[in-house]
Amino acid sequence: MNTPAALEIEGLSKSFGQNLVLDGIDLSVGEHEVICLIGASGSGKSTLLRCLNLLEPVDAGRIVVAGEEITRRGVDVNRVRRRIGIVFQAFNLFPHMSVLQNVTLAPRLALHQSRGEAEQQARLLLDRFGLSDKVGAYPDHLSGGQQQRVAIVRALAMQPRLMLLDEVTSALDPELVAEVLDVIGELAAGGMTMVIATHEMGFARDIATRVCFLDDGVILEQGPPEQMFGSPREPRTQQFLQRIVSAHRL
Amino acid sequence: MASEGDRRADLEVDEPRRSRILAALGSGGGGTRAVAIALLSTIVFVVVVVVVVANSAGWPAVHQGFFSWHYFKATFPEIGRGFLLNCKIFSIAECLILPFALLIAVLRSLPGPVFFPLRALAIVYADFFRGVPTILVITILGLGVPGLEIAGVPTSTVFWGIVALVLIYSAYVSEVYRAGIESVHPSQEAAARSLGLTRWQALRKVILPQAVRRVIPPLLNDFIGLQKDTALVGTLGALDAFNLSEINANGSFNFTAYLVAAVLFVAITIPLARFTDWLIARDRRRRQAQGLFA
Repeated sequence: MNTPAALEIEGLSKSFGQNLVLDGIDLSVGEHEVICLIGASGSGKSTLLRCLNLLEPVDAGRIVVAGEEITRRGVDVNRVRRRIGIVFQAFNLFPHMSVLQNVTLAPRLALHQSRGEAEQQARLLLDRFGLSDKVGAYPDHLSGGQQQRVAIVRALAMQPRLMLLDEVTSALDPELVAEVLDVIGELAAGGMTMVIATHEMGFARDIATRVCFLDDGVILEQGPPEQMFGSPREPRTQQFLQRIVSAHRL
Repeated sequence: MASEGDRRADLEVDEPRRSRILAALGSGGGGTRAVAIALLSTIVFVVVVVVVVANSAGWPAVHQGFFSWHYFKATFPEIGRGFLLNCKIFSIAECLILPFALLIAVLRSLPGPVFFPLRALAIVYADFFRGVPTILVITILGLGVPGLEIAGVPTSTVFWGIVALVLIYSAYVSEVYRAGIESVHPSQEAAARSLGLTRWQALRKVILPQAVRRVIPPLLNDFIGLQKDTALVGTLGALDAFNLSEINANGSFNFTAYLVAAVLFVAITIPLARFTDWLIARDRRRRQAQGLFA
């Protein structure tokens, strides 16, 4: 028997009131794959990621993570979320806690690690991403890039097997984008399975094993980055990329 | 949404402007002049009031009846001891109100249809006890419950006075807490839950610490009201500062005793009010400087 895919999405639908945001998403993600979701604002990228983390209840369809269906009734959402890290556009660090407290909170509460154990792991991770001098700092005193790197470390501290990144550089000043993308690149090199919603097309081209173009709640087209950016088949995809090119973002 | 970069840019623009303002207020000629004008206008105002009051027809009688130094000295020790009871009622009530009101606020913030009965209960509670005059609740509980003569139920008027104050003020304070809870952006809870924390853990470790920090100034405002309202327990017959001053006034036909009680209350509430203002100002400075508590 084959090892199960890291993530399997079948017929996923989600609407907010009358507004159908996801209209039957099918996607299979293998271990160590890096999927980049591209598409216009409102195409459903963020909603898809939030559904994968069970932050939004789905209306129809199945999500299977490493062989376990997480959309079935009665699933322990807290246990599921511990294995799936998510990083948000707006960082969402806890402003009343230091960097170290931000990173150790969940391992201590949800994984029942001891303080020493959690802090040791946190320091290692912070060190690895160049944040060792910010251990005691509060989020307000960090730059946006530093905050986002702390948010990534906070998610990594739970040792997730899947990382979801929701436009993590969109709220950053241009000169701070690179340091965050470097971190993500390092994660990819380390074999982390990731699903990334992004507007950074150059980054998607470099890092993705597969690029998915979302349009009106469906994955209209997907393929390796060379094909998606080089010779997209669908007119809508061509149109979208054309607009990106004229905005000098590719 | 303003990006981090925008906020920092604002701050940089703000800094030199603020130092210019500070410099102008502090050592510059304009600053000294402003202080002099304020001082002069205050003196003129006080002199006018004093002259008008002292020249009024009834002033000698009022002076004798309300501002007698003799009675002030004579009644101060006794009323001061009574005031200790006010402070005691205040402290005990406050220690009960803070956790009880937080419980009400948390109940009211519970999401989902399952918790509807608890939410409804919290809403009815807050509506009811904010709607009834404090003195009615104090009178009904303080005179009514001991009047039932149920074995084992305390008959102390101070006890029931405290219960009444806790019930009333918890309703107000729970609303303050609730405003604080709602001011914490939903993305904070999303971030906490996304890490695998339970709803309760997210509330306790992420939402409430931020919420409570934000509402400390309005909470102190309610404390000031509570400290004053402890005088209502005196209407039940408890020997607090208010009741003792009434007894003294009735015995001597001189109302200076009320002035003594007023001075004692003000001695506590004014510093509390100044402290609250200071906290609010500090909080505002922080928000402006950091931008993230928006």
